[in-house]
Amino acid sequence: MNVIESGRDRHAIRVDGLTKSFGRVVAVDDVSFGVDAGSTVALLGANGAGKTTTLSMILGLLLPTGGTIEVLGCDMLGARHHALWRMNFSSPYVDLPQRLTVRENLSVYAKLYGVREPKARIATLAEELSLTAFLKRPTGRLSAGQKTRVALAKALINDPELLLLDEPTASLDPDTADWMRGYLEGYRARRRATIVLASHNMSEVERLCDDVLMMKQGRIVDRGSPMQLIAQYGRANLEEVFLHIARSDHAQAV
Amino acid sequence: MTDGMRRAAAVPPAAFSFGRIGAMILRYWYLLRGSWPRILELAYWPTMQMILWGFITLHFVSQSAWVAQAAGVLISAVLLWDVLFRGQLGLSLSFLEEAWSRNLGQLFVSPLRPSEWVVAMMTMSLIRTLIGVIPACLLALPLFGYSVFGIGLPLVAFFVNLIVCGWWIALIVVSLILRLGLGAESMAWLIVFLLAPISCIYYPLEVLPAAVQWLALSLPPAHVFEGMRAVLFDETFLVRHFFAAAGLNGLFMTISGLIFMWAFNDARRRGALLQQGE
Repeated sequence: MNVIESGRDRHAIRVDGLTKSFGRVVAVDDVSFGVDAGSTVALLGANGAGKTTTLSMILGLLLPTGGTIEVLGCDMLGARHHALWRMNFSSPYVDLPQRLTVRENLSVYAKLYGVREPKARIATLAEELSLTAFLKRPTGRLSAGQKTRVALAKALINDPELLLLDEPTASLDPDTADWMRGYLEGYRARRRATIVLASHNMSEVERLCDDVLMMKQGRIVDRGSPMQLIAQYGRANLEEVFLHIARSDHAQAV
Repeated sequence: MTDGMRRAAAVPPAAFSFGRIGAMILRYWYLLRGSWPRILELAYWPTMQMILWGFITLHFVSQSAWVAQAAGVLISAVLLWDVLFRGQLGLSLSFLEEAWSRNLGQLFVSPLRPSEWVVAMMTMSLIRTLIGVIPACLLALPLFGYSVFGIGLPLVAFFVNLIVCGWWIALIVVSLILRLGLGAESMAWLIVFLLAPISCIYYPLEVLPAAVQWLALSLPPAHVFEGMRAVLFDETFLVRHFFAAAGLNGLFMTISGLIFMWAFNDARRRGALLQQGE
Protein backbone atom coordinates (compact mmCIF):
# COMPACT_ATOMS: atom_id res chain seq x y z
CA MET A 1 0.00 0.00 0.00
CA ASN A 2 1.32 3.47 -0.82
CA VAL A 3 0.47 6.18 1.70
CA ILE A 4 1.42 9.79 1.26
CA GLU A 5 0.89 11.43 4.60
CA SER A 6 0.62 15.03 5.60
CA GLY A 7 -1.34 17.03 8.18
CA ARG A 8 -4.98 15.92 8.34
CA ASP A 9 -6.48 19.41 8.61
CA ARG A 10 -5.07 20.71 5.36
CA HIS A 11 -6.49 17.89 3.25
CA ALA A 12 -9.42 18.58 0.96
CA ILE A 13 -9.34 14.91 -0.05
CA ARG A 14 -7.97 11.99 1.88
CA VAL A 15 -8.06 8.52 0.37
CA ASP A 16 -6.88 5.46 2.23
CA GLY A 17 -6.47 1.94 0.87
CA LEU A 18 -8.83 2.65 -2.01
CA THR A 19 -9.50 -0.42 -4.11
CA LYS A 20 -11.94 -1.14 -6.91
CA SER A 21 -12.36 -4.49 -8.59
CA PHE A 22 -14.67 -5.40 -11.45
CA GLY A 23 -14.81 -9.16 -11.15
CA ARG A 24 -11.19 -10.32 -11.45
CA VAL A 25 -9.99 -7.02 -12.89
CA VAL A 26 -8.47 -4.71 -10.27
CA ALA A 27 -8.98 -1.18 -11.65
CA VAL A 28 -7.66 0.65 -8.58
CA ASP A 29 -5.32 -1.21 -6.28
CA ASP A 30 -4.92 -0.14 -2.65
CA VAL A 31 -4.31 3.54 -3.35
CA SER A 32 -3.78 6.10 -0.60
CA PHE A 33 -3.13 9.81 -0.96
CA GLY A 34 -4.10 13.21 0.33
CA VAL A 35 -4.81 16.40 -1.61
CA ASP A 36 -3.99 19.66 0.14
CA ALA A 37 -6.74 22.26 0.30
CA GLY A 38 -6.11 25.02 -2.21
CA SER A 39 -3.79 22.97 -4.40
CA THR A 40 -4.21 21.79 -7.99
CA VAL A 41 -3.40 18.13 -8.40
CA ALA A 42 -3.30 16.02 -11.54
CA LEU A 43 -3.98 12.33 -11.90
CA LEU A 44 -1.82 11.17 -14.78
CA GLY A 45 -1.62 7.82 -16.43
CA ALA A 46 -2.23 5.93 -19.63
CA ASN A 47 -5.72 4.84 -20.64
CA GLY A 48 -6.96 2.27 -18.15
CA ALA A 49 -4.53 3.39 -15.43
CA GLY A 50 -7.43 4.03 -13.04
CA LYS A 51 -7.75 7.83 -13.16
CA THR A 52 -11.44 8.08 -14.04
CA THR A 53 -12.26 5.20 -11.70
CA THR A 54 -10.51 7.04 -8.86
CA LEU A 55 -12.31 10.31 -9.67
CA SER A 56 -15.66 8.48 -9.85
CA MET A 57 -15.10 6.96 -6.41
CA ILE A 58 -14.12 10.33 -4.93
CA LEU A 59 -17.38 11.72 -6.34
CA GLY A 60 -19.40 8.82 -4.95
CA LEU A 61 -20.65 7.74 -8.39
CA LEU A 62 -18.78 4.47 -8.00
CA LEU A 63 -18.65 2.47 -4.79
CA PRO A 64 -15.18 1.15 -3.90
CA THR A 65 -14.50 -2.48 -3.15
CA GLY A 66 -12.38 -1.37 -0.20
CA GLY A 67 -10.83 1.63 1.49
CA THR A 68 -12.05 4.99 2.74
CA ILE A 69 -12.59 8.39 1.11
CA GLU A 70 -12.85 11.63 3.03
CA VAL A 71 -13.75 14.78 1.11
CA LEU A 72 -13.89 18.21 2.78
CA GLY A 73 -14.00 16.40 6.09
CA CYS A 74 -16.95 14.15 5.11
CA ASP A 75 -16.93 10.38 4.77
CA MET A 76 -17.98 9.87 1.13
CA LEU A 77 -19.23 6.35 1.79
CA GLY A 78 -21.55 7.30 4.63
CA ALA A 79 -22.25 11.02 4.43
CA ARG A 80 -21.48 12.16 0.87
CA HIS A 81 -24.43 14.58 0.81
CA HIS A 82 -22.66 16.77 3.36
CA ALA A 83 -19.83 17.30 0.87
CA LEU A 84 -21.60 17.25 -2.50
CA TRP A 85 -22.99 20.79 -2.28
CA ARG A 86 -19.45 22.14 -1.74
CA MET A 87 -17.88 20.36 -4.72
CA ASN A 88 -18.60 19.88 -8.41
CA PHE A 89 -17.47 17.98 -11.43
CA SER A 90 -17.08 18.27 -15.17
CA SER A 91 -16.27 15.69 -17.80
CA PRO A 92 -16.56 15.62 -21.57
CA TYR A 93 -17.91 12.07 -21.17
CA VAL A 94 -20.92 13.05 -19.05
CA ASP A 95 -23.41 15.24 -20.88
CA LEU A 96 -25.96 17.82 -19.96
CA PRO A 97 -29.46 17.42 -21.46
CA GLN A 98 -29.01 18.44 -25.09
CA ARG A 99 -32.53 19.73 -25.77
CA LEU A 100 -32.57 22.11 -22.82
CA THR A 101 -31.20 25.58 -23.43
CA VAL A 102 -28.02 26.65 -21.69
CA ARG A 103 -30.01 28.84 -19.31
CA GLU A 104 -32.47 26.01 -18.52
CA ASN A 105 -29.64 23.59 -17.77
CA LEU A 106 -27.86 26.05 -15.53
CA SER A 107 -31.15 26.96 -13.78
CA VAL A 108 -31.88 23.31 -12.99
CA TYR A 109 -28.42 22.73 -11.56
CA ALA A 110 -28.52 26.00 -9.63
CA LYS A 111 -31.69 24.75 -7.92
CA LEU A 112 -30.22 21.29 -7.34
CA TYR A 113 -27.24 22.86 -5.58
CA GLY A 114 -29.40 25.30 -3.66
CA VAL A 115 -27.68 28.36 -5.15
CA ARG A 116 -28.89 31.45 -3.28
CA GLU A 117 -29.29 33.86 -6.19
CA PRO A 118 -29.43 31.66 -9.26
CA LYS A 119 -30.21 34.34 -11.86
CA ALA A 120 -27.33 36.53 -10.74
CA ARG A 121 -24.99 33.55 -10.53
CA ILE A 122 -25.91 32.39 -14.06
CA ALA A 123 -25.47 35.92 -15.42
CA THR A 124 -22.03 36.20 -13.77
CA LEU A 125 -20.86 32.83 -15.10
CA ALA A 126 -22.27 33.55 -18.56
CA GLU A 127 -20.33 36.80 -18.61
CA GLU A 128 -17.10 35.25 -17.34
CA LEU A 129 -17.28 32.26 -19.69
CA SER A 130 -18.51 34.22 -22.72
CA LEU A 131 -21.82 32.37 -22.80
CA THR A 132 -24.27 35.25 -22.63
CA ALA A 133 -25.06 35.06 -26.35
CA PHE A 134 -25.82 31.34 -26.07
CA LEU A 135 -28.06 31.24 -23.01
CA LYS A 136 -31.22 30.74 -25.07
CA ARG A 137 -29.66 28.16 -27.38
CA PRO A 138 -30.26 24.40 -26.91
CA THR A 139 -27.10 22.87 -25.46
CA GLY A 140 -26.99 20.25 -28.22
CA ARG A 141 -26.59 22.96 -30.87
CA LEU A 142 -23.37 24.35 -29.46
CA SER A 143 -19.86 23.72 -30.75
CA ALA A 144 -17.51 21.47 -28.77
CA GLY A 145 -15.76 24.49 -27.28
CA GLN A 146 -19.04 26.15 -26.29
CA LYS A 147 -20.29 22.89 -24.73
CA THR A 148 -17.09 22.62 -22.70
CA ARG A 149 -17.62 26.16 -21.40
CA VAL A 150 -21.24 25.31 -20.51
CA ALA A 151 -20.05 22.18 -18.69
CA LEU A 152 -17.57 24.35 -16.78
CA ALA A 153 -20.33 26.86 -15.97
CA LYS A 154 -22.39 23.99 -14.56
CA ALA A 155 -19.36 22.81 -12.57
CA LEU A 156 -18.92 26.30 -11.10
CA ILE A 157 -22.60 27.02 -10.48
CA ASN A 158 -22.26 26.45 -6.72
CA ASP A 159 -18.90 28.21 -6.47
CA PRO A 160 -17.32 24.92 -5.34
CA GLU A 161 -14.45 24.63 -2.90
CA LEU A 162 -13.43 21.43 -4.65
CA LEU A 163 -13.53 21.00 -8.41
CA LEU A 164 -12.93 17.64 -10.07
CA LEU A 165 -12.26 17.83 -13.79
CA ASP A 166 -11.89 14.92 -16.17
CA GLU A 167 -9.89 16.07 -19.22
CA PRO A 168 -11.00 19.71 -18.96
CA THR A 169 -9.57 20.78 -22.31
CA ALA A 170 -10.29 17.65 -24.37
CA SER A 171 -11.58 18.53 -27.86
CA LEU A 172 -10.75 22.22 -27.46
CA ASP A 173 -8.65 24.16 -29.96
CA PRO A 174 -5.32 25.48 -28.57
CA ASP A 175 -6.64 29.02 -28.17
CA THR A 176 -9.77 27.98 -26.24
CA ALA A 177 -7.77 25.45 -24.21
CA ASP A 178 -5.30 28.17 -23.22
CA TRP A 179 -8.16 30.46 -22.24
CA MET A 180 -9.69 27.64 -20.15
CA ARG A 181 -6.41 27.06 -18.28
CA GLY A 182 -6.15 30.75 -17.54
CA TYR A 183 -9.71 30.76 -16.24
CA LEU A 184 -9.04 27.79 -13.95
CA GLU A 185 -5.90 29.46 -12.59
CA GLY A 186 -7.91 32.58 -11.86
CA TYR A 187 -10.74 30.63 -10.23
CA ARG A 188 -8.39 28.75 -7.96
CA ALA A 189 -6.64 31.94 -6.87
CA ARG A 190 -9.90 33.84 -6.34
CA ARG A 191 -11.79 31.05 -4.56
CA ARG A 192 -8.79 29.39 -2.93
CA ALA A 193 -10.32 26.25 -4.39
CA THR A 194 -8.86 22.79 -4.65
CA ILE A 195 -8.76 21.36 -8.16
CA VAL A 196 -8.18 17.73 -9.08
CA LEU A 197 -7.91 16.98 -12.76
CA ALA A 198 -7.30 13.97 -14.92
CA SER A 199 -5.58 14.95 -18.12
CA HIS A 200 -3.52 13.63 -20.99
CA ASN A 201 -2.19 17.07 -21.77
CA MET A 202 1.24 17.32 -20.14
CA SER A 203 1.84 21.00 -20.84
CA GLU A 204 -1.51 21.70 -19.18
CA VAL A 205 -0.46 19.75 -16.12
CA GLU A 206 2.92 21.50 -15.98
CA ARG A 207 1.20 24.87 -16.11
CA LEU A 208 -1.69 24.25 -13.70
CA CYS A 209 -0.62 21.69 -11.16
CA ASP A 210 1.37 21.82 -7.92
CA ASP A 211 1.35 18.10 -7.58
CA VAL A 212 1.11 15.10 -9.89
CA LEU A 213 -0.01 11.58 -9.02
CA MET A 214 1.35 9.18 -11.63
CA MET A 215 -0.93 6.15 -11.99
CA LYS A 216 -0.22 2.87 -13.65
CA GLN A 217 -2.24 -0.32 -13.58
CA GLY A 218 -4.45 1.00 -10.81
CA ARG A 219 -1.60 2.10 -8.50
CA ILE A 220 0.15 5.35 -7.77
CA VAL A 221 3.69 4.77 -8.97
CA ASP A 222 5.11 8.21 -8.28
CA ARG A 223 4.20 11.60 -6.93
CA GLY A 224 5.69 15.07 -6.94
CA SER A 225 5.53 18.50 -8.48
CA PRO A 226 6.04 18.59 -12.26
CA MET A 227 9.51 20.07 -11.79
CA GLN A 228 10.45 17.47 -9.17
CA LEU A 229 9.37 14.61 -11.43
CA ILE A 230 11.20 16.05 -14.45
CA ALA A 231 14.38 16.41 -12.37
CA GLN A 232 13.98 13.03 -10.68
CA TYR A 233 13.71 11.19 -14.00
CA GLY A 234 16.30 13.40 -15.75
CA ARG A 235 13.92 14.31 -18.58
CA ALA A 236 13.25 17.47 -20.51
CA ASN A 237 9.56 17.71 -19.72
CA LEU A 238 6.63 15.94 -18.09
CA GLU A 239 5.59 14.22 -21.31
CA GLU A 240 8.91 12.36 -21.37
CA VAL A 241 8.44 11.39 -17.73
CA PHE A 242 4.97 10.12 -18.57
CA LEU A 243 6.28 8.07 -21.50
CA HIS A 244 9.09 6.63 -19.39
CA ILE A 245 6.71 5.49 -16.67
CA ALA A 246 4.03 4.27 -19.08
CA ARG A 247 6.55 2.17 -21.04
CA SER A 248 8.50 0.79 -18.08
CA ASP A 249 7.78 -2.84 -17.32
CA HIS A 250 7.44 -2.61 -13.61
CA ALA A 251 5.22 -0.30 -11.61
CA GLN A 252 7.10 0.54 -8.44
CA ALA A 253 4.77 2.07 -5.94
CA VAL A 254 6.13 4.87 -3.78
CA MET B 1 -17.30 26.76 9.81
CA THR B 2 -14.53 27.05 7.23
CA ASP B 3 -13.83 30.14 5.23
CA GLY B 4 -14.95 28.27 2.13
CA MET B 5 -18.33 27.43 3.68
CA ARG B 6 -18.91 31.07 4.69
CA ARG B 7 -18.36 32.29 1.17
CA ALA B 8 -20.20 29.50 -0.63
CA ALA B 9 -22.89 30.55 -3.11
CA ALA B 10 -24.99 27.51 -2.22
CA VAL B 11 -26.81 26.62 0.97
CA PRO B 12 -26.22 23.36 2.91
CA PRO B 13 -28.57 20.63 1.71
CA ALA B 14 -31.53 19.40 3.75
CA ALA B 15 -32.01 15.65 4.12
CA PHE B 16 -35.08 15.87 1.89
CA SER B 17 -35.57 18.95 -0.24
CA PHE B 18 -38.69 20.06 -2.10
CA GLY B 19 -36.40 22.59 -3.82
CA ARG B 20 -34.42 19.79 -5.44
CA ILE B 21 -37.64 17.95 -6.33
CA GLY B 22 -38.84 21.20 -7.92
CA ALA B 23 -35.56 21.45 -9.83
CA MET B 24 -36.08 18.02 -11.34
CA ILE B 25 -39.72 18.73 -12.20
CA LEU B 26 -38.52 21.93 -13.86
CA ARG B 27 -35.96 19.93 -15.84
CA TYR B 28 -38.67 17.60 -17.24
CA TRP B 29 -41.11 20.47 -17.75
CA TYR B 30 -38.53 22.40 -19.80
CA LEU B 31 -38.14 19.33 -21.98
CA LEU B 32 -41.88 18.83 -22.38
CA ARG B 33 -42.79 22.44 -23.12
CA GLY B 34 -39.97 22.72 -25.62
CA SER B 35 -41.59 20.23 -27.96
CA TRP B 36 -45.26 20.56 -28.99
CA PRO B 37 -45.22 17.13 -30.69
CA ARG B 38 -44.44 15.62 -27.27
CA ILE B 39 -47.44 17.35 -25.69
CA LEU B 40 -49.65 16.36 -28.62
CA GLU B 41 -48.44 12.76 -28.41
CA LEU B 42 -49.49 12.61 -24.74
CA ALA B 43 -53.11 13.35 -25.64
CA TYR B 44 -53.13 11.54 -28.99
CA TRP B 45 -53.38 7.90 -27.89
CA PRO B 46 -55.92 8.34 -25.09
CA THR B 47 -58.13 10.35 -27.45
CA MET B 48 -57.85 7.80 -30.26
CA GLN B 49 -58.58 4.96 -27.87
CA MET B 50 -61.57 6.78 -26.45
CA ILE B 51 -62.99 7.44 -29.94
CA LEU B 52 -62.45 3.82 -31.00
CA TRP B 53 -64.10 2.37 -27.87
CA GLY B 54 -66.83 4.99 -28.07
CA PHE B 55 -67.93 3.70 -31.47
CA ILE B 56 -67.60 0.08 -30.30
CA THR B 57 -69.85 1.04 -27.37
CA LEU B 58 -72.42 2.58 -29.74
CA HIS B 59 -72.53 -0.71 -31.60
CA PHE B 60 -72.61 -2.91 -28.49
CA VAL B 61 -75.34 -0.90 -26.79
CA SER B 62 -77.78 -2.24 -29.39
CA GLN B 63 -76.24 -5.72 -29.51
CA SER B 64 -75.25 -6.48 -25.90
CA ALA B 65 -77.52 -6.40 -22.92
CA TRP B 66 -74.44 -6.23 -20.65
CA VAL B 67 -73.06 -3.04 -22.23
CA ALA B 68 -76.58 -1.60 -22.56
CA GLN B 69 -76.86 -1.64 -18.73
CA ALA B 70 -74.10 0.97 -18.51
CA ALA B 71 -73.20 2.59 -21.80
CA GLY B 72 -70.05 4.24 -20.44
CA VAL B 73 -68.45 1.05 -19.12
CA LEU B 74 -66.07 0.55 -22.03
CA ILE B 75 -65.14 4.25 -22.36
CA SER B 76 -64.51 4.48 -18.61
CA ALA B 77 -62.46 1.30 -18.76
CA VAL B 78 -60.25 2.50 -21.60
CA LEU B 79 -59.68 5.89 -19.96
CA LEU B 80 -58.84 4.37 -16.58
CA TRP B 81 -56.55 1.82 -18.21
CA ASP B 82 -54.76 4.72 -19.83
CA VAL B 83 -54.21 6.25 -16.38
CA LEU B 84 -52.25 3.13 -15.41
CA PHE B 85 -50.38 2.97 -18.73
CA ARG B 86 -49.58 6.70 -18.85
CA GLY B 87 -48.65 6.72 -15.16
CA GLN B 88 -46.15 3.93 -15.70
CA LEU B 89 -44.82 5.33 -18.98
CA GLY B 90 -44.58 8.85 -17.58
CA LEU B 91 -42.21 7.81 -14.80
CA SER B 92 -40.23 5.43 -17.02
CA LEU B 93 -39.77 8.11 -19.69
CA SER B 94 -38.42 10.62 -17.18
CA PHE B 95 -35.78 8.07 -16.24
CA LEU B 96 -35.07 7.26 -19.88
CA GLU B 97 -34.61 10.96 -20.68
CA GLU B 98 -31.73 11.00 -18.19
CA ALA B 99 -30.23 7.79 -19.52
CA TRP B 100 -30.52 8.87 -23.17
CA SER B 101 -28.90 12.23 -22.42
CA ARG B 102 -26.16 10.60 -20.28
CA ASN B 103 -27.08 12.97 -17.49
CA LEU B 104 -27.20 10.51 -14.57
CA GLY B 105 -23.55 11.13 -13.72
CA GLN B 106 -24.16 14.89 -13.48
CA LEU B 107 -27.32 14.45 -11.39
CA PHE B 108 -25.79 12.19 -8.78
CA VAL B 109 -22.71 14.25 -8.12
CA SER B 110 -25.16 16.98 -7.12
CA PRO B 111 -26.93 16.87 -3.71
CA LEU B 112 -29.96 15.22 -5.37
CA ARG B 113 -31.05 12.09 -3.51
CA PRO B 114 -32.61 9.07 -5.24
CA SER B 115 -35.82 9.47 -3.19
CA GLU B 116 -36.19 13.09 -4.34
CA TRP B 117 -35.62 12.04 -7.93
CA VAL B 118 -38.33 9.37 -7.65
CA VAL B 119 -40.81 11.89 -6.19
CA ALA B 120 -40.02 14.30 -9.06
CA MET B 121 -40.56 11.54 -11.63
CA MET B 122 -43.86 10.59 -9.98
CA THR B 123 -45.02 14.21 -10.08
CA MET B 124 -44.05 14.47 -13.72
CA SER B 125 -45.88 11.22 -14.43
CA LEU B 126 -49.01 12.72 -12.85
CA ILE B 127 -48.68 15.86 -15.01
CA ARG B 128 -48.14 13.82 -18.19
CA THR B 129 -51.11 11.58 -17.35
CA LEU B 130 -53.44 14.51 -16.74
CA ILE B 131 -52.32 16.20 -19.98
CA GLY B 132 -53.00 12.94 -21.81
CA VAL B 133 -56.28 11.79 -20.28
CA ILE B 134 -58.24 14.97 -19.50
CA PRO B 135 -58.70 16.07 -23.15
CA ALA B 136 -59.99 12.57 -24.02
CA CYS B 137 -62.40 12.67 -21.05
CA LEU B 138 -63.71 16.06 -22.12
CA LEU B 139 -64.03 15.02 -25.75
CA ALA B 140 -66.16 12.00 -24.80
CA LEU B 141 -68.94 14.35 -23.74
CA PRO B 142 -69.73 15.98 -27.10
CA LEU B 143 -68.82 12.89 -29.12
CA PHE B 144 -70.71 10.20 -27.19
CA GLY B 145 -72.70 12.13 -24.60
CA TYR B 146 -70.78 10.39 -21.81
CA SER B 147 -68.94 12.00 -18.90
CA VAL B 148 -66.48 9.84 -17.00
CA PHE B 149 -66.69 12.45 -14.25
CA GLY B 150 -70.23 11.15 -13.65
CA ILE B 151 -68.60 8.32 -11.68
CA GLY B 152 -68.13 10.93 -8.95
CA LEU B 153 -65.78 10.61 -5.98
CA PRO B 154 -65.00 6.93 -6.61
CA LEU B 155 -63.25 8.14 -9.78
CA VAL B 156 -60.60 9.75 -7.56
CA ALA B 157 -60.08 6.46 -5.72
CA PHE B 158 -59.78 4.56 -9.02
CA PHE B 159 -57.40 7.20 -10.47
CA VAL B 160 -55.11 7.21 -7.43
CA ASN B 161 -54.94 3.43 -7.22
CA LEU B 162 -54.18 3.06 -10.92
CA ILE B 163 -51.51 5.76 -11.12
CA VAL B 164 -49.79 4.41 -8.01
CA CYS B 165 -49.90 0.97 -9.62
CA GLY B 166 -48.28 2.54 -12.72
CA TRP B 167 -45.55 4.04 -10.53
CA TRP B 168 -44.48 0.82 -8.83
CA ILE B 169 -44.46 -0.99 -12.16
CA ALA B 170 -42.30 1.85 -13.54
CA LEU B 171 -39.86 1.55 -10.62
CA ILE B 172 -39.41 -2.11 -11.53
CA VAL B 173 -38.82 -1.10 -15.18
CA VAL B 174 -36.28 1.54 -14.10
CA SER B 175 -34.55 -1.05 -11.90
CA LEU B 176 -34.36 -3.48 -14.82
CA ILE B 177 -32.85 -0.82 -17.08
CA LEU B 178 -30.35 0.18 -14.38
CA ARG B 179 -29.34 -3.47 -14.13
CA LEU B 180 -29.48 -4.50 -17.79
CA GLY B 181 -28.79 -1.21 -19.59
CA LEU B 182 -30.77 0.57 -22.29
CA GLY B 183 -31.18 -2.71 -24.17
CA ALA B 184 -34.11 -3.28 -21.81
CA GLU B 185 -35.80 0.07 -22.53
CA SER B 186 -38.60 -1.54 -24.55
CA MET B 187 -39.86 -2.88 -21.22
CA ALA B 188 -41.16 0.65 -20.56
CA TRP B 189 -43.70 0.21 -23.36
CA LEU B 190 -44.38 -3.50 -23.04
CA ILE B 191 -44.52 -4.48 -19.38
CA VAL B 192 -47.97 -3.07 -18.60
CA PHE B 193 -49.53 -5.20 -21.30
CA LEU B 194 -48.38 -8.31 -19.43
CA LEU B 195 -50.94 -7.32 -16.80
CA ALA B 196 -53.72 -6.39 -19.21
CA PRO B 197 -55.31 -9.85 -19.61
CA ILE B 198 -55.61 -10.33 -15.84
CA SER B 199 -56.59 -6.73 -15.11
CA CYS B 200 -60.22 -7.39 -16.18
CA ILE B 201 -60.35 -4.01 -17.92
CA TYR B 202 -63.20 -4.73 -20.35
CA TYR B 203 -64.73 -7.87 -18.84
CA PRO B 204 -65.69 -9.04 -15.37
CA LEU B 205 -63.44 -11.22 -13.22
CA GLU B 206 -65.68 -14.29 -13.71
CA VAL B 207 -64.65 -14.42 -17.38
CA LEU B 208 -61.18 -15.53 -16.34
CA PRO B 209 -60.55 -19.23 -15.62
CA ALA B 210 -60.97 -19.93 -11.90
CA ALA B 211 -57.29 -20.83 -11.64
CA VAL B 212 -56.28 -17.38 -12.88
CA GLN B 213 -58.77 -15.34 -10.85
CA TRP B 214 -56.61 -15.48 -7.70
CA LEU B 215 -53.70 -14.11 -9.73
CA ALA B 216 -55.88 -11.24 -11.00
CA LEU B 217 -57.01 -10.45 -7.46
CA SER B 218 -53.46 -10.41 -6.20
CA LEU B 219 -52.82 -7.26 -8.27
CA PRO B 220 -54.55 -3.86 -7.84
CA PRO B 221 -56.00 -3.24 -11.36
CA ALA B 222 -58.58 -6.07 -11.24
CA HIS B 223 -59.94 -4.64 -7.99
CA VAL B 224 -60.18 -1.16 -9.53
CA PHE B 225 -62.01 -2.33 -12.65
CA GLU B 226 -64.35 -4.57 -10.65
CA GLY B 227 -65.07 -1.53 -8.45
CA MET B 228 -65.64 0.65 -11.49
CA ARG B 229 -68.21 -1.76 -12.91
CA ALA B 230 -69.98 -1.95 -9.54
CA VAL B 231 -70.32 1.84 -9.57
CA LEU B 232 -71.52 1.96 -13.17
CA PHE B 233 -73.87 -1.06 -13.07
CA ASP B 234 -75.10 -1.05 -9.47
CA GLU B 235 -74.23 2.47 -8.32
CA THR B 236 -72.35 0.84 -5.44
CA PHE B 237 -68.84 1.69 -4.27
CA LEU B 238 -67.30 -1.58 -3.12
CA VAL B 239 -65.08 -0.62 -0.21
CA ARG B 240 -63.47 -4.06 -0.08
CA HIS B 241 -62.09 -3.66 -3.61
CA PHE B 242 -60.82 -0.17 -2.79
CA PHE B 243 -58.97 -1.31 0.30
CA ALA B 244 -57.65 -4.40 -1.44
CA ALA B 245 -56.24 -2.27 -4.27
CA ALA B 246 -54.80 0.31 -1.86
CA GLY B 247 -53.25 -2.37 0.35
CA LEU B 248 -51.72 -4.20 -2.60
CA ASN B 249 -50.38 -0.91 -3.97
CA GLY B 250 -48.79 -0.16 -0.61
CA LEU B 251 -47.18 -3.60 -0.54
CA PHE B 252 -45.92 -3.50 -4.13
CA MET B 253 -44.74 0.12 -3.83
CA THR B 254 -42.64 -0.87 -0.82
CA ILE B 255 -41.20 -3.88 -2.64
CA SER B 256 -40.49 -1.95 -5.84
CA GLY B 257 -38.92 0.90 -3.82
CA LEU B 258 -36.55 -1.59 -2.22
CA ILE B 259 -35.79 -3.13 -5.63
CA PHE B 260 -35.08 0.34 -7.02
CA MET B 261 -32.69 1.21 -4.18
CA TRP B 262 -30.93 -2.11 -4.63
CA ALA B 263 -30.62 -1.50 -8.40
CA PHE B 264 -29.40 2.07 -7.83
CA ASN B 265 -26.70 1.01 -5.38
CA ASP B 266 -25.80 -1.90 -7.64
CA ALA B 267 -25.39 0.63 -10.49
CA ARG B 268 -23.04 2.61 -8.23
CA ARG B 269 -21.07 -0.57 -7.53
CA ARG B 270 -20.74 -1.32 -11.27
CA GLY B 271 -20.16 2.26 -12.40
CA ALA B 272 -23.35 2.14 -14.47
CA LEU B 273 -24.44 5.68 -13.56
CA LEU B 274 -21.57 6.95 -15.69
CA GLN B 275 -22.04 4.45 -18.47
CA GLN B 276 -25.78 4.71 -19.09
CA GLY B 277 -26.37 6.06 -22.58
CA GLU B 278 -26.93 5.10 -26.16
